[in-house]
Amino acid sequence: MSEAPSVVLVTGVSRFLGGHLAARLASDPSVERVLGVDTTPPSREMRRRMGRAEFVRVDIRNPLIGKVISTAKVDTVVHASLSGNPGQSGGRSMMMEMNVIGTMQLLAACQRSDTVRRLVVKSTSAVYGASSRDPAVFTEQTEPKAIPPGGYAKDAVEIEGYVRSFSRRRPDIPVTTLRFVNLIGPRIDTSFVRYFSLPVVPVVLGYDARVQLLHEEDAVAVLERAAAHDLPGVFNVGGDGVLMLSQAIRRAGRVPLPIPQPAVPLVGRFTRRARLVDFSPEQMRLLNFGRVVDTTKLRTEFGFAPRWTTVQAFDDFVAGRGLRPIIDPARLGRVQDAALAVARALPSGT
Amino acid sequence: MPEARVIPLRSDGGRPRSRQRPAPRRASRPGVGPLTERTAAARGLTEDGEATEAVPSTGGELATLPRPESSTELEERVAEVGEFLQRRLTGRYTVDDFGFDRDLTEHVVMPLLRPLYERWFRVETIGTENVPLSGGALLVANHSGTLPLDALMTTVAVHDDLAVPRYLRMLAADLVFGLPGVGAAARKAGHTLACNADAEALLGAGELVGVWPEGFKGIGKDFADRYKLQRFGRGGFVSAALRSGVPIIPCSIVGAEETYPKIADIGPLARLLGVPYFPVTPTWPLLGPLGLVPLPSKWYIEFGEPIPTDAYEPGSADDPMLVFNLTDQVRETIQQTLYRLLAGRRNAFLG
Repeated sequence: MSEAPSVVLVTGVSRFLGGHLAARLASDPSVERVLGVDTTPPSREMRRRMGRAEFVRVDIRNPLIGKVISTAKVDTVVHASLSGNPGQSGGRSMMMEMNVIGTMQLLAACQRSDTVRRLVVKSTSAVYGASSRDPAVFTEQTEPKAIPPGGYAKDAVEIEGYVRSFSRRRPDIPVTTLRFVNLIGPRIDTSFVRYFSLPVVPVVLGYDARVQLLHEEDAVAVLERAAAHDLPGVFNVGGDGVLMLSQAIRRAGRVPLPIPQPAVPLVGRFTRRARLVDFSPEQMRLLNFGRVVDTTKLRTEFGFAPRWTTVQAFDDFVAGRGLRPIIDPARLGRVQDAALAVARALPSGT
Repeated sequence: MPEARVIPLRSDGGRPRSRQRPAPRRASRPGVGPLTERTAAARGLTEDGEATEAVPSTGGELATLPRPESSTELEERVAEVGEFLQRRLTGRYTVDDFGFDRDLTEHVVMPLLRPLYERWFRVETIGTENVPLSGGALLVANHSGTLPLDALMTTVAVHDDLAVPRYLRMLAADLVFGLPGVGAAARKAGHTLACNADAEALLGAGELVGVWPEGFKGIGKDFADRYKLQRFGRGGFVSAALRSGVPIIPCSIVGAEETYPKIADIGPLARLLGVPYFPVTPTWPLLGPLGLVPLPSKWYIEFGEPIPTDAYEPGSADDPMLVFNLTDQVRETIQQTLYRLLAGRRNAFLG
């Protein structure tokens, strides 16, 4: 079995991760052909970036995908289209359709194929759920205390189930499942990015989540490595270190708006209607408890160390988006100097 | 050299106890900014000044020294508070994977607990040399007092009364982390959920972990059962220590039982609120919020000799008999120490 892939199929190329991965693979001369599939064509800028990669407009829920794989003799499939952003995917039920049914069709096509010899699936750390009864740090073996009730996380749990049964049926194909934490960066667009871009950021009163992030570039690099090597298994993918939600909001110079727990769904509906942020209930639970994953396996077994830590990734996002802090740090310094001057003046008077 | 002069001042007939508290606290301050560094030279002088001020008979000519220094001290305080606020408002501080916020613990949590520790409960620590100054260790203590004040006071004890301040990372019930406010505060103070995964992760990282294996059975027991140890969980803490190969330090706390003497329990109300018990004390709920003021009992915290676990062969954590025996050994040690401390105590409030 040769290591380097020659014909790679990437799903979800109209979005950041799929598109950039296709572009990276296309710039690698050892890769013979790169096929990008999606239901909507990538933006012009993305198409330019993708270079020699070919775009095939096909819905992965359609059996046609099997034909694409067999005629092009695809040997590596990177399923990067899992989406947690209903705004981009045409609503929540459409998102679920694309995520779950699309994966089922794609896996069925791969199972039939005799050319495919490597499969990479983008999953999410949301499969661990988030609750007060969970351990502080999730390893790949941790069983969630509560199965995520719905939305994106439930999709991911189901997808991982299908992927597991696929590897049972085709043990000859190594499958890499990557559980990404929330992605952030100057260019990517996710619910999380939109959330931090709000001028007033709603938070749950009395809770402060631990947030672990991964820089967009690191995410692409991880997918690229998985596409090029046989690294079967499930891996947590996240940057080093943790930011508290409150801390992240302060670093971005935003103003937090604490909302009592019972009113949270109401505010969630409002931000969705106003097309600000569409947060599923399970993502809202993340704002309560947060989630941190152990990335030891990623470093040792997978052989990848993220270049950006959580804090660096977040700062890059803040700088890249040009978010201006509401409270100017220089002004704080002046206030302190004034207080010091008062302190110096006080005892001399007494 | 000033310490030697300070200690006899505080000799109140009690047990010996290291009281050079300000020195380690200052040395440990993380992220000392440029402004504090500037006054660092003056600080050394101020501390000597403080010490000599406390000795009125010998320091006649030195006692006048602190006067001009007090302005620098105030300046230093203002600079410190200013820098702290600046750090907090811009988010320039770090937390670990468990959410432990060292900056906040050092500058807010500890100063809030310290008056309770020093003035209200007048905690005396015994056997502080038994707590290792570095590396992983599991501190196991008895639980009492309706509200976990004993746990909070132990965090102050290992921070202030050891030669090198340490942060006690406690393992708490899931109820704590479900509560708004409390859960977030507990995480920031470095505490985490009582589960083997977290315990072993912290012990493996060389942290001092605290566990109260009696749980709600211990903290919520009636006043009539005071100082009678309850069942020590299922020995999960012993297997965590065995797997990590860290020593177990038995810790006996006397005085916490008298803070909120629980004389009755309103079961239906507890079920309604979703808590394990709804205590009735002589002052609560009779006096309303005033009933939340703990009685000022005199406390002793004794750290026993460490029980090593690294001598056992790997895989011994899966030997239930060994785990039970070790659990019993720890429990007996704490129970005997409690009896000894109680026998030496004349009055619950005066010591």
